[in-house]
Amino acid sequence: MNDLLAGLQSAIGLILHLDHDLVEISLRSLQVTISAVLISAAIGLPFGAWLSVTRFRYRRLAIALLNALMGLPPVVVGLFVYILLSRSGPFGVLDLLFTPTAMIIAQVIIVTPIIASISHQSMRDLWFQYHDLLISIKTTKWQRMKALLWDGRRGLLTATLTGFGRGIGEIGAIMIVGGNIDHLTRVLTTAIALEVGKGDFPLALGLGIVLISMAILINLTIHILSRTEREGTW
Amino acid sequence: MVETILPVELNGAVVRKGEKIIIGPLDLSIGGTGCSILIGPNGAGKTTLLRLLHGLERANSGAVKWSARKNEVFSRQSFVFQSPVVLRRSGVENIAYPLIVRGVARKMARAEAEKWIDEIGLGDVGRYDAHVLSGGEKQKLAMARALITKPEVLFLDEPTANLDGASTLEIERLILSARDKGTRIIMATHDFGQARRLADDILFMHRGRIHERASTEDFFDEPKTEEANKFIRGDLLL
Repeated sequence: MNDLLAGLQSAIGLILHLDHDLVEISLRSLQVTISAVLISAAIGLPFGAWLSVTRFRYRRLAIALLNALMGLPPVVVGLFVYILLSRSGPFGVLDLLFTPTAMIIAQVIIVTPIIASISHQSMRDLWFQYHDLLISIKTTKWQRMKALLWDGRRGLLTATLTGFGRGIGEIGAIMIVGGNIDHLTRVLTTAIALEVGKGDFPLALGLGIVLISMAILINLTIHILSRTEREGTW
Repeated sequence: MVETILPVELNGAVVRKGEKIIIGPLDLSIGGTGCSILIGPNGAGKTTLLRLLHGLERANSGAVKWSARKNEVFSRQSFVFQSPVVLRRSGVENIAYPLIVRGVARKMARAEAEKWIDEIGLGDVGRYDAHVLSGGEKQKLAMARALITKPEVLFLDEPTANLDGASTLEIERLILSARDKGTRIIMATHDFGQARRLADDILFMHRGRIHERASTEDFFDEPKTEEANKFIRGDLLL
């Protein structure tokens, strides 16, 4: 209980004093996760739409595989990206290991299947409603995908925010490919792990509260700006 | 561009679901102008026949032949479903959608849709999200969306099945107006009264086959088949 109170005090103190290190790692957390989520959304949302409107031989298998990829172990993803980006790996010449870019790549691999799978589930239901109409109007496949992406945007926002939630709280992969280097690749989650390792629980808890508050604040802001709850069921 | 995509001909067309024959084999020719009504009991195959003609179903055997190339045929016909499907957009955007799909500039398409909103009497309500509309209003919206492309052939699958008298009257007014402007109407209904009011000819269907085709007057006054006779009398058709 004392640790919790101390953590809360620590969090309030860090925020009120706009602690320089806290601001730096918070901004880096946001930079890495928002970049990863934007890239993942750019890949995952159209892929989810394409999967909804396209029938092909191994479609069920592809959907099952996509759903399975939602549970990718971050540590394994981190290891995979580490091997690809290490000096002896195929992309070693790019010199990306232990940079925020490497962390973004790892998060894209983790978040894309989540956004694609959830958005596919949402758009599949919509496609079931629209199927006959859009075929009757003689839309092209691209027009069908556009209709689903636009009309299903509320569901897609939820998919994207779920991806954001997964990314902002992720540690396994970014610890491996980022290395938790001070002033370079340290983010909130890796900083928390470091402080726990050092035994500074109040600071770790304080950082944790900042992380949770940030995630909630961003979710709320997006929901309010997009008026999710104001315009009926759509 | 050919002058007309009609007549459409079915030559031994059969639609199956698994082993079960839903309709066919059917031989049929529909051309000219006016309003043809498909009538028959539940499960007779009316909806499947409309969907087959419109290209939403494929014939497992036999053929559907239009008098024009495939692309032209499908761009000159529209379909109104029994349960209106509305896109998650405003009424105006729903109506404008088929024009936008065909490459008409959004501004022009919306202006055209606004005229239809007035034509179907939705007023300001049509400018808000379509989900707030009643069943009758949604069906009028679906009619306007089908008619905005000025189709040569309009398929209607029991468009007033779930509507009250006033809404039915409005939908029938739109159907007659389209017919008078030259659109060929092919419609399924259960409603004898509606068939009498709208039809130029009747196609009576039972168990996936067309048992009788006659002018409206002949069909109701002197049905030629036993099945049609029973159906008109209100006897159960098994």
